[in-house]
Amino acid sequence: MRFLLDAEQRALADSLDSMLTAADTPSVIREWSRGEHARGRALWSRIAETGVFALAVPEAYEGLGPRPVELAVAFMELGRHAVPGPLVETVTAAALLAGLPDPGPAKRLLPALAAGEAMATLAWTAPYALDGEAATTRLALTPRGLYLSPGHGPVRPSLDPARSLTPLDPGGELLSPDPPTAQALAYARLATAAQALGVGLALLDRTVTYVRQRTQFGAPVGSFQAVKHRLADAKIALEFARPLVLGAALTMTPADVAAAKVTACEAAYATARTALQLHGAIGYTAEYDLSLWLTKARALRNAWGSPDVCRADVLSGDRRW
Amino acid sequence: MDLTHSPADEEFRAEARAWLRAHVPPDPLPSLETAEGFAAHRMWEAELAADRWSVVNWPTAYGGRDATLVRWLLFEEEYWAAGAPGRVNQNGVSLLAPTLFEYGTREQRARVLPPMATGEVIWAQAWSEPEAGSDLASLRSRAVSTDGGWLLSGQKTWSSRAAFADRAFGLFRTAPDLPKPHQGLTYLMFDLRAPGVTVRPLARLDGKPAFAELFLDEVFVPDEDVIGEPGQGWRIAMSTAGNERGLMLRSPGRFLASADRLLNLWHTQGSPESARAGVADALIGARAYQLFTYAAASRFLDGESIGPESSLNKVFWSEYDIALHETALDLLAAEGEPADTDWSERYVFSLAGPLYAGTNEIQRDIIAERLLGLPKGRR
Repeated sequence: MRFLLDAEQRALADSLDSMLTAADTPSVIREWSRGEHARGRALWSRIAETGVFALAVPEAYEGLGPRPVELAVAFMELGRHAVPGPLVETVTAAALLAGLPDPGPAKRLLPALAAGEAMATLAWTAPYALDGEAATTRLALTPRGLYLSPGHGPVRPSLDPARSLTPLDPGGELLSPDPPTAQALAYARLATAAQALGVGLALLDRTVTYVRQRTQFGAPVGSFQAVKHRLADAKIALEFARPLVLGAALTMTPADVAAAKVTACEAAYATARTALQLHGAIGYTAEYDLSLWLTKARALRNAWGSPDVCRADVLSGDRRW
Repeated sequence: MDLTHSPADEEFRAEARAWLRAHVPPDPLPSLETAEGFAAHRMWEAELAADRWSVVNWPTAYGGRDATLVRWLLFEEEYWAAGAPGRVNQNGVSLLAPTLFEYGTREQRARVLPPMATGEVIWAQAWSEPEAGSDLASLRSRAVSTDGGWLLSGQKTWSSRAAFADRAFGLFRTAPDLPKPHQGLTYLMFDLRAPGVTVRPLARLDGKPAFAELFLDEVFVPDEDVIGEPGQGWRIAMSTAGNERGLMLRSPGRFLASADRLLNLWHTQGSPESARAGVADALIGARAYQLFTYAAASRFLDGESIGPESSLNKVFWSEYDIALHETALDLLAAEGEPADTDWSERYVFSLAGPLYAGTNEIQRDIIAERLLGLPKGRR
C-alpha cells in the first residue's frame, strides 16, 4: 500500500501547470466563449504534446494507455486552469471506441484523437453534445447503436459561457449496433470529477489570495472568522474529494468512480458559492476572471451523472470497500 | 500508487479477523458510560491483551505486536467490522501513550504502559477547566513544588471517563506570572483515588456519567510522574495532539463499519427513498476517510509529519459521525426515540465529537491560518 503520486505523476502535473500558466489560458477561454476557436485549438495541440489524450487510448491504437491515474492527475490541472473544449468528451469517446468489439473504427479514429489532431464530442447521457461545432469527431449513442454523426444542430449557450451545447444530426455511419458503455462512462465520470476538483482548488486559491488583500473595517477580510470558516470548510471538502478521485482512478469500479464524481463536483460547487460570496459583487461580474471557474463548477456538477444518479450507483451494490 | 496490501499484511488481517470472530461477545456490552458497562469493557480489554490484540502498534515489550501503521489500520477495519466493543482506554492509548513514547522515560514506559495495555489501569484526561476551554493555555490549576514531587490544586472539568477511571493526565501551572499563558505549564499524571482528589461525575445529555469534575486539594504527585521537563507541558501536549488527532483518534475502520450498519438498517426499513442520499453519503464519506487516511499514512511512512492537516481530519469525522447517526434515527422514525438502543447510544456519543479534542471552530481557525495562510484575527 502506497497511496501517493510518484515523481513522474507529479512531474506531469507540474509541466501542464507551467504550460497552461504561460499560455494565458483565461484569454483563450474568452475567445473560445465567443466561438473563436483558433487559440483553443493551438492550446489543445500543446496539451496533446504532453500525452494527455493518449492516456485513454490503448497502445494498440497509438496511445499510451489506458492510464487512468495519470489521466486524473492531468484533468485536475486542466480544471485548475479552466481549459475550454470537449476534454472529457474526447477521453470518453476514446474509451468507447477502444472498447468496441470491432477494432475497425478504433483503428481509423483513435490515432488522431491520441495525437490531438482530432477533437471528439458525443451525445449520450444528455440530449446535446458539448462543443459540437468545434469538434471534428462527433459520436451519437442512440438506442440503435453508436453513430458517427454527420453534423450538428443549432448551438445553445450553457450556464458556463465556455461550453456550447449542440444537438447532433441523426444518421451517419453506424460504428457499432451494441457498444459496451460501462468503461467509457467510468472514464467520463473520472475525468469530470478530476476536472471539477481542479476547478474547486483554483477557486479556493484565488479566493484565499483575494481575502488576504481585500481590506474592510481596517483589516484584511481574511482575518474575520466568518470568512475563515467558510474557506476552511471548502478546504475540507476538496481535500476529502481528492483521495476519492485518485482512489477511483486506481480501482475504476463504478461505485468508486460515482463516489468521486458526486463528491468532487459537490465540493467544487460549494467552493464556487463560497468564492462568489467572499469576493462580493466583483465576483458576480463576467469581466472578472473568477467567473470562468464559477460557471464551470455549476456545469460540471450535472455533466455525466447528476449527484442523485451517482449516489444511486454507489448504492447499487458492487462496492468493495 | 497502490492500494493493495502485501501478503504479509493480509495474513495479519486474516489472523485478526479469526481471533475477533472467536472472541467478540455476541451481544453488545452495556454502555461503557455506566459502572456495569465500564467493568465489562475493562474485562474485554484484558481479553484482548491476553492475546496481544489491545495495542497492536506498540512494541512487543509493552504488550503490543510492533504493528506498522498500515497493520494498525487493517486491524481497526477488522475490529469494527466484527462489531467489537468500544475501547474504554482510548484516552490512555491514543493520547497519553504516544506522549510517553515521545517524551517519557524508560522507567515511565515500563511502569505505565503494560497495565494500560491490559485495562488494569484506565486513564482519564484532565485538560479543561471551568475558565479554560478552547483557550486551554489560560488554565489555572497549580502544581507547587514540594519535597520529592508536586502538590496539585485546582479544578478540572469535562474529564472524560473520570467517573470510573483509575488515573488521569493533564496540564498544570508550575510557574505562574510568566509573560505568555502557555509558558510554565507541566504535563503530569496523577491517581484519581489519591488523598485530596474529589471526583464529581457529570451526566451527559442522556444522563449517563460520561465525564466528571475533579477537585484537587494539595494532591501529592511524585517527581517520576512528571512527563518531560517541568515548564514544557504545552509543547508536549500539542505535539501529540497534532500527530494523534491526525491518524489514531478515530480510525476509518470504525466509520466503514458504521456505514455498513446504516446500509443494513436502510435495507431492513425497506430502502426508503427519503434516506437514499443520507445512506449514500455515509458510504461515500467512509470511503473518503479511509482513502484520506491511507494517503496520510503513506506520507507518514515516507517520514513526513502530519501537523495541521489533522484539523481537516477532525472536523470531517466528527461531523460525518453525527450526520450518519441522524440518518439512522430518521430511518428508525418513532423507534429512533428510545434511549436503550445501540443507535441512540452512538448518536449521543457522536454529538460530543465537534466539541472535544479542540472544538471544530478552533480546528477551522487552524485550517485557515496554518493551511491556507490567512492572517490571525480575533477568536
